[in-house]
Order: sequence, then C-alpha cells, then structure tokens
Amino acid sequence: MAGAPEPPEKVLTGLVAERGVVVCCGPGGVGKTTVAAAIALEGARRGRRSVVVTIDPARRLADALGLESLSDTPSVIAGPWPGELWALMLDTKSTFDSLVTKYASDDRQAEAILGNRFYRNISGALSGTQEYMAMEKLYELHDEGRFDLIVVDTPPSRNALDFVDASRRLTRLLDNKIFRLLMLPTRASMKAVNVAGQTLLRPVARVVGAEVVTDAVTFFQAFEGMEEGFRQRAHRVDALLSAPSTAFVVVATPRPDVVAEADFFATKLGDAGIAVAALVVNRMHPRYGAEWAEVDRERARTLVDTPLGPLYDNLADLHQLADGEEAHVADLIARVAPAPAIRVPMLATDVHDLSGLADLGTRMFPGPPS
Amino acid sequence: MDPRGFCRQSRLVIVAGKGGVGKTTVTAALARLAARLGLSVLIVEVEGKSGLAAAFGADDLTYDESVLCPATAEGWAEVRARTITPDVALLEYLEEHGLKRISRRLMRSGAVDVVATATPGIKDILVLGKVKQLERAGVADLIVLDAPASGHAVRFLMSPRALLDTVDVGPIEAQATEVLDLVTDPARCQVMLVTLPEETPVNEVVETAYALEDQVGTNLGPVVVNGLYPVREGLDVDPEQAAAAADFGLRPGEATALAAAAAFRSRRQELQREQVARLADALALPQLHLPALFDVTMGLPQIDHLADALCAGVEALEDMT
Repeated sequence: MAGAPEPPEKVLTGLVAERGVVVCCGPGGVGKTTVAAAIALEGARRGRRSVVVTIDPARRLADALGLESLSDTPSVIAGPWPGELWALMLDTKSTFDSLVTKYASDDRQAEAILGNRFYRNISGALSGTQEYMAMEKLYELHDEGRFDLIVVDTPPSRNALDFVDASRRLTRLLDNKIFRLLMLPTRASMKAVNVAGQTLLRPVARVVGAEVVTDAVTFFQAFEGMEEGFRQRAHRVDALLSAPSTAFVVVATPRPDVVAEADFFATKLGDAGIAVAALVVNRMHPRYGAEWAEVDRERARTLVDTPLGPLYDNLADLHQLADGEEAHVADLIARVAPAPAIRVPMLATDVHDLSGLADLGTRMFPGPPS
Repeated sequence: MDPRGFCRQSRLVIVAGKGGVGKTTVTAALARLAARLGLSVLIVEVEGKSGLAAAFGADDLTYDESVLCPATAEGWAEVRARTITPDVALLEYLEEHGLKRISRRLMRSGAVDVVATATPGIKDILVLGKVKQLERAGVADLIVLDAPASGHAVRFLMSPRALLDTVDVGPIEAQATEVLDLVTDPARCQVMLVTLPEETPVNEVVETAYALEDQVGTNLGPVVVNGLYPVREGLDVDPEQAAAAADFGLRPGEATALAAAAAFRSRRQELQREQVARLADALALPQLHLPALFDVTMGLPQIDHLADALCAGVEALEDMT
C-alpha cells in the first residue's frame, strides 16, 4: 500500500533542508519577498548557510533585513540560529555592468558598451532585464559555492515566464538576423551598414529617427566578440534552473484575481516543463468554530436582539470568507498537484521585522527544526 | 457629486494599482456604474489576462471589441471590452504609416525587437497611442483602461516622456507628444488609483500618486480603497456572559470561537481605520470605499454590488472643479 501523502508543511521543510536553490514566483502583491525571506530564515535555523536575493522589497522589510540600499553583494544578518542568513537587494544595473566588464576583451570595449545609450536602455528600466539579472545573480552566488541555500524572489512579471526566459532574451537579441546583417560590414570593411541591413533599417529610422538606429548599430558593433560568452552563460543559467536541486515555489493569495493570475503562471511553468515543488497560499482568513456559515447566520437571526447576535453574525462572515477563499484556491491547488499547498494564515500586521518573519516562519514550518 | 457627471468628467479613466488590490474588479464596477447611468462604455485591457471576462461570465477578450455585459434594464447601456496588446498595436501602427508591405518582414527579421529594445517605452506608447485614437474617435462615452500593475503603471504612463527624451524626430515623436497631451489633460483623462486598507499597499499607492503627479503630470481622480470589511459593532462582548444573559446554551468550544473571531475582526477593523486615516493624511485626494465581498463567486451581482458602493461613494463626494 502506498503511504499517505506527506503533510504539506513537511514537503516545504524538506525543500529548505535539501534543495540548493528555491525560486519564489507568482503574481505581484502576494508577499513573495516575505515568503522568500522566511524560507531563507528557516534554512539558517536548520544550520544551512542561506541567502535571500530580494527584488524591490517593501521598505520596512528591507530595513528589517538590514538592506539599506541596492547592492551587488549579500550582507549578513546576525541572529540566534545555527546556520547563516544573508540578504541582498538586487541592483539590476550594476549586476549587468559587471557582467559586461567580465566578458569584455578589454577596458575599451567595456567602456564603449557601458556608455552606449542602447545599452543603458537595456540595463535600466527595460522589462525583462530585472528578471535576467535576478537569474544572473542566482547563478553567480551558486557558482561561488559559499551558500547551501539560495532563495530568489522574482519580480512581478507581466509575462509569467519572464524570469525563466530572461537569460535567453538577450541571446535571442544577439542571435537575431538583423544583428548579423549589421555585423557583416564591420568584419568585411569599416563601412557603416551593408545594403541588406539598410533596406530594413531605413523605414525603421523613418519611424523612430535615425539616432535610435545609430545607437543600436554602435551597440552591436561594440558588443562583437562578447556574445559567445553571454550565450554560454545563459545556457548554464538555464541548466541551473532545470537542475533537480532547484525548486520552484508558487506564491499566491486567495483573492479571485490573484488566483487567476497564479493559475496562469502555474500553467505556463508546466508548459515549460518546470514542476512546481510547492504552492504557498498566503494571507488566508482563519477559521473559527466547527459549524457551517449558514448555521451561525441562522443563530445570529434568532439571537438578533441579544448581544450574541453580532458575535454569531461575525462568525458567519468569517466562515463565509474562509469558505470563499477555499473555493477560489481549489482549482489552483488541483493544478499544481501533487505539489502540496501550504496555507498561511493572515497575520495581524504586515511583516516588517525579524520577529514578524519568524512568526510567519512558524506558520509555514510548524515544529522545531529536526 | 452627481454620479453621471463624475463618469463624464473625462472620457478616459485609467485604473491603476499594485497587483492583487482588485484593480480589475474596480474597472468592472466603474464600467458597470457608467453603463447603468446610460453611458456607453468600453473597457480596454492591456495585459492579456482573463480575470475581467471571467468576472462577467464572458468569453476571453480579443483585439476586436465584444460585448462584456449587455444592457440588463431599460435605459441602461452595455459594457463593451477589448484588448490592446503591443504586438498587434505595433503591426497596426506600421501598416498605418505606409510600411504595410514590409511590416511583417520587419517583425520576422527581429528589426522590431532591436528597435523596441533601443527605444524604451515604445510598446507602451503604441498601446496608449491606440487608446488615444479610440478616445479621439469617440468610440464610447467612457473608456476605462485597466492599467498594468504599478511599478509597471508608472513606467507605462511615463513612456511618452521617456520616449521624448530618446527620440526627437519622426512619427513616433508625434505619437508620444499626442499621448502626453492626452494623459496630462484633466478634461480628457484621469487616473483612478486602487489600494487596500493595509500598510504596504497604502505606502505604495502614496508613492505611485506622487510619481504620477510629479513625473507624468496626470490628473488623479479619487483613490479607491478596496476590500474594506463592513464594520460590525457590538463585538466587544464576553460570549459566556452574553449567553447567560440571553439564557442560551453554548456548545463546547463555541465561546472560544466566538471570542477569537470577534477579536480578529475588531483588530482588522482597527487596522483598517488606521490605514484609511494614514492614507488621508498622506494623500490629499478624496477616497471611495469598496466593501470586501464575502461571496464565494464573482459575477454580475457582485459587480453590481460594488457599482452600488461606488455610486454611493461618488454621491458623497463634494463637487470637484
């Protein structure tokens, strides 16, 4: 006879104890950063050297983690745990800059790229770059080997798979045909752009202006010779993401719109061949009492003229809320099965210090570290 | 303030807020409110998510307009909806600018990818440019745009300014200028921010409001505070004493459950009051309050319930000038 499925919390604890990388993903506004930090903290409590890579955390949580500003290197958080807890608030631009510096053949090439406007657009606000750099930082920390557990918080994405796809995006840009067309003349002669390239670029320049096109051409010319390094690195990041030691945890809340988005997310992950290791449903309303909502509502009606009336009405309200939430998440839970769903109750206040994080941890990982 | 006047203040209302605050629900409620006042309404969705159509029990939205919700009473109007995605908007734009012949080749060759990368915000401009076209054409009395989640929302509305910094010639510049005119003209466009009565969402909506006002120069409408627990009074009662007084027999454990539930609710109500007050201190904008729905399903009755709440909130607003 097959054994009963493990309790969900035990599976999550297992991930924290055994996996090397945990990627927390899901829609925005669900508490991903907090959940990621709680997972890293649990790792430290279990004696592991853990680090959490956060992206744009709420200010008070960042303060609690001792993260004053964006940074390239993790800082340590002292606390009464046998392992280590480190945290890092991703600096997208400087991570990208150091990647360029690493693969440039000399300082001149690096400077030419770093000063190019096209590059600054890519490395600045361009959507997808944050995801790319989060994955890049993950790879770098993994490569250094000084951590047992790396937990990454992912940016809220317009596209569910932005972060999985992120490293491939730049290589796709480098691989595209127009880029090759642009590169041809620099190899053959120093003439700006060859005829085939011009045919395509002239109408583009008419729409957006020639300057934009010139910036792009200069960027690609400056980038020459570096694309192989970037491409290989992108492959290694891909390999790390699909390694058995990497776990994807989807975080959601039981609001209908959030669940719809998380469900879309989980489906896309599945399509990409990525298994969801666990689902964390954050901020669920607690349940009080064992009766049905209707029973409590009926009692409230009978007792309407007594002080018990509002108490039963409230009990019925909260019951109804909890029932509603359970119904909203049912399909999502079915979607990620056999991955377990960990229900985390709504806490009285937002998490903005280490004790709040520890409190959240006790809901996600009941029981003492074993 | 008169709700009909409120819905006619500007032809375009952009509903913006962080993910998970119920932006789509507010979009639906506002659209339905306007439709019930007899105004023709078009909802524009830009992220290709299906939540909106699902809430109305309709099929997924497409680039072609469809009826999301028919006029369900005499004198009411229907709610129509469509998506505008950057890729289709771009193709349409190229075709309208005399590049029909090579537009598909440009897309296929990746030239467009390169340009989109070179020009931040170009995709957002194309989406907003299409919205502007609809606004100018007067396709509806009210266009409600369900904006991308904030963070994205600020960037989205910043796109004309960002683009004008990069590009200084060509039709795209003209497009960006026209979009900027639209989003900064209070008679044509206002932004309705949505938040929850919780600490982080309140902080974020305050930041977004300042960013939009200072960096973009949009006109901000009332802030919608979504998901407020209806306040229940009389929770500060000891269940056992109350039961004794009412001569009612509680089941084992029931007193504890009643007391714990009452404590939870009271604490949430208190927190909520604090956050609403904090928001009022930080942002000098009128607030519209929407209740948390305790229903299991989301459908037209729930949207109507929220439209009622929105209507009551608008009626309570002082006239804005």
